[in-house]
Amino acid sequence: MTPSRAAFAAILGKDLRAELRTLQSLPAMAIFAVTTFVIFRFGLDRTQLSGDLASGVLWATLLFAAVLGINRLFVTEREEGGFDAIRLAPIDRSVLFAAKATALVIYLLALELIAVPIFALFFLDSVAALGPLVAVLVLADLGLAATGTLISSMAVNSRARDLLVPLVLLPLVVPLMIAATGATEPLLAAGGPGYERFGTWLMVLGLYDLIFVLLGYAVFDFLLED
Amino acid sequence: MIPTLHNPLQMASTQEIPSPAIVLAGLRRDFGDRAALDGVGLELAAGETLVVLGPNGAGKTTLLRILATLLRPSGGAISVLGCALPREAWKLRGQIGYLGHEPLLYRDLSGRENLRFHARLHGLEGAAAEARIDEVLAAAQMDRRGDDRVVELSAGMRQRLAICRCVLHRPALLLLDEPDSNLDAEGRELARGLIGPDAEATRVVVTHDPDRFLPEADQVLRLGIGERAAVA
Amino acid sequence: MYGKGLRPLSIATVAMLALSLSLVFFYAPLDADQGFIQKIFYIHVPLAIVALLGFVAGGVFAILHLRSGDKRWDAYSYVSIHMSVIFGVAVLITGAIWAKASWGHWWVWDEPTLVSFLIVFLLYATYYPFRYAIEDRDRQARYASVFAVAAGAFVPLNFMAVRMAQQLVHPRVFATSSGGLPGEMMLTFLCSLAAMALLWITLVKFELAAKSTSGQVKRLRRALDAPGPANRSRIAPEVS
Repeated sequence: MTPSRAAFAAILGKDLRAELRTLQSLPAMAIFAVTTFVIFRFGLDRTQLSGDLASGVLWATLLFAAVLGINRLFVTEREEGGFDAIRLAPIDRSVLFAAKATALVIYLLALELIAVPIFALFFLDSVAALGPLVAVLVLADLGLAATGTLISSMAVNSRARDLLVPLVLLPLVVPLMIAATGATEPLLAAGGPGYERFGTWLMVLGLYDLIFVLLGYAVFDFLLED
Repeated sequence: MIPTLHNPLQMASTQEIPSPAIVLAGLRRDFGDRAALDGVGLELAAGETLVVLGPNGAGKTTLLRILATLLRPSGGAISVLGCALPREAWKLRGQIGYLGHEPLLYRDLSGRENLRFHARLHGLEGAAAEARIDEVLAAAQMDRRGDDRVVELSAGMRQRLAICRCVLHRPALLLLDEPDSNLDAEGRELARGLIGPDAEATRVVVTHDPDRFLPEADQVLRLGIGERAAVA
Repeated sequence: MYGKGLRPLSIATVAMLALSLSLVFFYAPLDADQGFIQKIFYIHVPLAIVALLGFVAGGVFAILHLRSGDKRWDAYSYVSIHMSVIFGVAVLITGAIWAKASWGHWWVWDEPTLVSFLIVFLLYATYYPFRYAIEDRDRQARYASVFAVAAGAFVPLNFMAVRMAQQLVHPRVFATSSGGLPGEMMLTFLCSLAAMALLWITLVKFELAAKSTSGQVKRLRRALDAPGPANRSRIAPEVS
């Protein structure tokens, strides 16, 4: 067997190299996010946002932008034979889950690196909340990557590929969104960042991450069989 | 870490290949209600070549994918290189060179990057991997186009790269589905050197073109639609 | 073979339902605050509990399917989830009626259990299009099992998150000031719960028996070379 570390590095490296070369997912996600902010500006008819409204706009936008990337996560494997190549190799198949979820976390962090400052520029009075927000973003990204990788790997082998990811993923991430918006809301409050129940929500996020990372790791083997 | 089961660099030469290489008895595979393969049986000695003939839809590709551990059989006993499928599929992986309809190459990476990716999946890294990649690229006369992205290559050149990918890890068993597709006369000659009868491996060749491959065959398997397979 | 014991089971279910309904209407005392409408509690809550346990059972069967590769467990998992989704519709409708009667609105967002149930229901409602989108039968069964396992893990997580998002939790029937349900109410509730559970089991067994019979008919037709019906389900697993 090839050591899992080497196989992980090979798959992740291949994915990042291809994304950097073709820029298939990231720019689309970022443009989508910024356009959605503009739509919220007019839909809500607000030029300033704070508290629950700010938190809701931010997370709804990030989630829908993430769906774009999640949809594309396995398309090359499906269309260019990567699934077969990986199944022919003497590697532990869970490595594919780990590598793809890691790639997705990197895409999501890159998206947030662009979208969150623009969100602050558009709608926020102060940037004081952005520091602690990083913890919420990272924890939410982990959970989104675990469930997203799981659903995407199944959807790509179906005949309703682009439909299945939003359909199944959205209800599945409701608890994640509850916790993420719950933690973000006091951070973006009008009178400066608050930390009401911040730790509790981070723990919920962590628990969600833990459960779905373990679950994805455990069941991924069954998804590659034929 | 799990100990390395084999070193791909020296496998074909030093590892003792169990004889016979392939034993099939009553192999069956259903897709829904339809049987794609029904009652295939044969025995192939190590180093021999099996040519599989049959019309479209006779299950030739299905047979190849089952041997490659990519598809589970619905019934029957299968032993490949001493591993019972599908239970011991994990032992077999890495010893197979599979050349299917799809080249299994990423379009947006160069040929060399693709081969490096496959080498790493098979546990080949560093200078040894680079040397082996140079060697197979040269043998397929693809060394000058090795840094072009696959999407820029012609169908014949992709097939040559796919052959390089297939033999990169020196597999003991070659599973070849129409290996000559898209190749010109020169390409066929080069392919012969890498995956031809002189290759140090057991071979299973699926083809529509009996004239071309029958001379190389030690055994021939004819698959029909809706009838039992006949071994000639 | 799935039909075995179906007749006594059906009779027991009908008897239990009759008993629990009589208890609900003639035995259980009227609730001091809510009056007669509170009696829907004896339908709504047992339905919800049975539906949730059915989802969990679907997940357990799915694990058995993944471990053994035996397609029968996939059929069990499918039928369990199917029945629980149907029960789920009844839960949401009875919940809406209860909400309208006691709070004046058909839907209230600050009742965390009902909201959680809605989210769980929405997730399981995607089970059907999910199965439908996967053509290969083996793969469909495997993916559906992975779905059922993931959704099973999701249920408690979701209940926790929704409850925590609630600043103020409504007073509940169980948590009266006297601490817990009065004896007659408790007895009625337990009877209703048993009746709903029996109903769920009976319906699941009926559906499995029906699937098994149509599978046998199909095999017989094939053996006789007779043409089968063209419109068979693409998402329901076959039972042998």
